[in-house]
Amino acid sequence: MIAFFFRKFDRMATGFVILLAAIAILVPVLNLAVPEGSPFHIPTYLVSLWGKYLAFALLAVALDLVWGYCGILSLGHGAFFALGGYAMGMYLMRQIGTRGVYADPVLPDFMVFLNWKELPFTWYFFDHFAYAVVMVVLVPSVLALVFGWFAFRSRVTGVYLSIITQALTYALLLAFFRNDMGFGGNNGLTDFKDILGLSVQAPTTRAALFALTAVFLALGFLVARAIVVSRFGQVLAAIRDAESRTRFLGYRVESYKLLVFVVSAAMAGIAGALYVPQVGIINPSEFAPSNSIEAVIWVAVGGRGTLVGAALGAVLVNFAKTWLTGMLPEFWLYGLGALFILVTLFLPKGIIGALTSRFGRPGDGGAQ
Amino acid sequence: MSADLTDSILYLDAVSVSFDGFRALHDLSFVVGRGELRAIIGPNGAGKTTMMDVVTGKTRPDKGIVIFDGSIDLTTRDEASIAAFGIGRKFQKPTVFDGQTVEDSLLLALEGPRSAFSALFGWRSRVAVEQIIDKLAIIRLGDLRSKLAGSLSHGQKQWLEIGMLLAQNPKLLLVDEPVAGMTDAETEETARLLTSIAGEHAVVVVEHDMSFVRALGCKVTCLHEGSVLAEGTIDSVSANERVIDVYLGR
Repeated sequence: MIAFFFRKFDRMATGFVILLAAIAILVPVLNLAVPEGSPFHIPTYLVSLWGKYLAFALLAVALDLVWGYCGILSLGHGAFFALGGYAMGMYLMRQIGTRGVYADPVLPDFMVFLNWKELPFTWYFFDHFAYAVVMVVLVPSVLALVFGWFAFRSRVTGVYLSIITQALTYALLLAFFRNDMGFGGNNGLTDFKDILGLSVQAPTTRAALFALTAVFLALGFLVARAIVVSRFGQVLAAIRDAESRTRFLGYRVESYKLLVFVVSAAMAGIAGALYVPQVGIINPSEFAPSNSIEAVIWVAVGGRGTLVGAALGAVLVNFAKTWLTGMLPEFWLYGLGALFILVTLFLPKGIIGALTSRFGRPGDGGAQ
Repeated sequence: MSADLTDSILYLDAVSVSFDGFRALHDLSFVVGRGELRAIIGPNGAGKTTMMDVVTGKTRPDKGIVIFDGSIDLTTRDEASIAAFGIGRKFQKPTVFDGQTVEDSLLLALEGPRSAFSALFGWRSRVAVEQIIDKLAIIRLGDLRSKLAGSLSHGQKQWLEIGMLLAQNPKLLLVDEPVAGMTDAETEETARLLTSIAGEHAVVVVEHDMSFVRALGCKVTCLHEGSVLAEGTIDSVSANERVIDVYLGR
């Protein structure tokens, strides 16, 4: 499989990984080593902003893996992202210790405010980083496993599946809004101080988080790529093109879907965990159905079924969002809607899809 | 009856299926021998496709017995395990993997491990290449092996799908209306193809095109309202008064 993996490793994929490696090194250097007056200096706020874009890019790659390669249009991938984010946020909350407003050594501020006397069991062990990291991957994966097991076994497909994924994230949104869930309710988790003993505000920590996000995006991309070029990936594409044909050829379609869905959810969870320390807050609005739909638009804009395109779309659309919400905040949603319509009409394969079908050899860019 | 059962590749006894009160199959019984070529005819709604759904595990019968290869009860199995026992099915509408090449489609269909983990970590077999070349020759798509299945003509897609069934190496092929939408030359070619693969595999063909059924030169079963109306040679079935009344017309 290894040899096969490299044989199919085209120029675009190589270029993408090299680019990520380069920015993982360059951006921290330009931020930390170049003095502030220099035109080459990158300010810390931009480092975190682009770190956020890269976390979104990892979410987009995860979504493209299930949507672009297996035809599972998940409109609830934001839920897996947010769960990974909450797991990281819970670790960060427990690192605050006595530095909170109420200075309780164990209970986070919102629990003291709610007059709770002891830590709920869901928060046990979250003071250990390793435990939090395991939960970042485990919680989204288990949710995807249970949800997928029921949905795929009952052969829910197409628009019906999209609707129940949307319901899933909406249900979690409502649940996390409740104070008695014990995850900070409406306000979510914020006011973070340290991660692994380093201040989350420090420029060095921010630069390290950025580099780490770039590395995880590259790793996530390589895992997704290894999956789609394997025989497993070929079966996924077969399921996407003709599910019943694949089934009658003797493939147990639901196991294939379930496996790729769980891998994708784990990847989305990691993306959420990288996102939270860089933006400094996680609250229930991350579960909002519109977030998941936005992620689908990133993938569509960049190029569904191309992986690189998904990452590119996430960065481009979010860059446009930052820019436009700064200039004309009330027009962003119209802009996003117009973008989706224009891409669907004029670039049905997205940016990368359009570029490869014009200039590329067949086989470049993954999906054909 | 027991002699029937042990000699048969497919044995249906008193199979009934209803959907919302509509009786799609009603006490359907028939037997297909090993390596036999059999044509199934009948008017729309006679239960031809439902019969295939029951045999391939898509639909569970309300009652009745479905035995494959003399001993395997199919009524409790799902599609994937039934395919693994050796039953291949071609759909009425040609269904191929648009995004895969002809060669890759055959590779996907080739007999072998089907589990998700073996597909993720397994190696491709080298023997496969020879088998693929063999199947390409049978379906005469050798020149198109690296073309995308989605770009093939209607008739070529039908043949590719038959080729995929052959790659599965099933003991029984169920073929639903293979010549619908084909030119006369393609129809002739398909009749030749199906008769040539019978013997090694049992083949059950559902078809409306009577000249095609005649070209197959095999035993014919006529279904009507979910049960067998007549069975025998094409001449005896097409001379049967009731077949003429309900299906062929005067």
